[in-house]
Amino acid sequence: MDIVMECKDVTYSYPLTKKPAIKNLNLKLERGKFYGVIGENGSGKTTLCALLRGFAPSFYKGELQGEVLLEGKNINEYGGEIAAKIGFVFQNPFTQISGIKDTVFEEVSYGLENFGVPAEKIEKRVIDVMKMTNIETLAEKSPFELSGGQMQRVALASVIVLEPDILIIDEPTSQLDPEGTESVFSIIETLKEKKKTIILVEHKIDLIAEYADEVLVFKEGTMIAFRRKQEILSDLSFLEQGVTLPQVAILGRKLQERGLGLSAIPVTEKQAVEVIAEALQERNK
Amino acid sequence: MKDLILKDVSFSYPGGFLAIEHINMEIKFGENVAIVGQNGAGKTTTVKMMNGLLKPDEGEVLIGDMNTKDYTTAQVSRVVGYVFQNPDDQIFHSTVESEVRYGPKTMKLSVEEEDKRVKEALEITGMEIYKDENPMNLPLSMRKFVTIAAVIAMGTEILIFDEPTAGQDVEGNKRLSAILRTLHVQGKTVITISHDMEFVASNFEKVIVMAKRKVVRAGTPKEIFWDFESLEYAMLKQPYVSRVCRALGIKGNIIDIEGAVEGIMDR
Repeated sequence: MDIVMECKDVTYSYPLTKKPAIKNLNLKLERGKFYGVIGENGSGKTTLCALLRGFAPSFYKGELQGEVLLEGKNINEYGGEIAAKIGFVFQNPFTQISGIKDTVFEEVSYGLENFGVPAEKIEKRVIDVMKMTNIETLAEKSPFELSGGQMQRVALASVIVLEPDILIIDEPTSQLDPEGTESVFSIIETLKEKKKTIILVEHKIDLIAEYADEVLVFKEGTMIAFRRKQEILSDLSFLEQGVTLPQVAILGRKLQERGLGLSAIPVTEKQAVEVIAEALQERNK
Repeated sequence: MKDLILKDVSFSYPGGFLAIEHINMEIKFGENVAIVGQNGAGKTTTVKMMNGLLKPDEGEVLIGDMNTKDYTTAQVSRVVGYVFQNPDDQIFHSTVESEVRYGPKTMKLSVEEEDKRVKEALEITGMEIYKDENPMNLPLSMRKFVTIAAVIAMGTEILIFDEPTAGQDVEGNKRLSAILRTLHVQGKTVITISHDMEFVASNFEKVIVMAKRKVVRAGTPKEIFWDFESLEYAMLKQPYVSRVCRALGIKGNIIDIEGAVEGIMDR
């Protein structure tokens, strides 16, 4: 296994709070995998992101026990080069926008300029990423004139353009329409094909079911489960932990309760159609 | 009765960006309505017309017998409350309670009435336990409920929620459903913009689809979520259970899990 990031006995509390936001976390993340992070609001998902990026405690202060390792080295021992290794997309896109650039194009170029990439290379990369994230038409607009959904795509573009190996993305689609949401997920899938490691916090569970490899479930600061997505998303006991499960999984379980013999609890739409059609055929024989 | 009527409304932002074109809408007093559509379809601009934040370039917006053209935004906002998409555009106070109290305070109500409004709004939204907290220390999803409470406390007969489902978890969505039900029972008109088709399918009696600056269609969730032409045009999708039923060829315009279970078992 090629472990890219690791948390060893991590407990972290924000300043002036008694209860840790993350408790006794042990976690190994493999390179090139897509991890979905789920759990109710306030369960520690965003804090996990901040820890993995090294923002906690370096920026948020607070108290950290244990250690977070990036490629075997403590994350706090990295300097500025960490920005090139780990891309971070904030939950609230309004936080991501630098606020000092006049146009979306400049906003997306900003990180590359900081990395000292030559101007002619910047232009090409920015144009490619703007195409990929479908924000080309916004190039000349002010970042402050954008809608929430547009801003969310600009925030994502400004991180993707840096081509980091690891992407930590906190609810990238909360302001997006269904079409925009699907397109963000297909962008993330492209990144996965490029062997990027992806850690994604997302409430839209049906999309986690479609795209993620493994799922981490958090509750009150504790990681209560970390397994392959199929195992977690088809386990209805997680509903009691405040976790959203795919609509099709709930449908599958209710059909089973009514006596329809499904071969598995489905977690995606495609799987649901298959197992239900199969069960109906069997029953109606 | 304060029906809300948009008659042939068009609007461009300063700078010339045309946001909505020839919008016609009729929302009956006491109706619980969802507006759906892509980002940029004109949803937020349309609802900002309804509370007078924006005034039409062409056409008119009527709230009962009140034409928004003849009133100031402050006057219209006494009748129509609006919860912004980004709660941080709306939060100015250092505690949840003072945030919620601010609106009623400006209305020069009696002390009893003011207290009652604040208490009710905090109760309906479940924000009572946070009343002494600084809103900025609450997560984004909770800050949204603070702004919802603040608008409810204004006591307007018509309320608009702009994407309240964004970033909500299971509990948040349940809380929102409960808020919508309570306001509906109180006889208020509630207009909600949402991208969450599952939430829309199970919480509203009427759905208005917008696309490309116009209204595509209005109807019940059952009508809308099985009108493939409108959905495709507006680039929207059916709820997941409807998609499964469609693929299995199950009839009955199913839009929820309960319906899907019955439909599949009867097959």
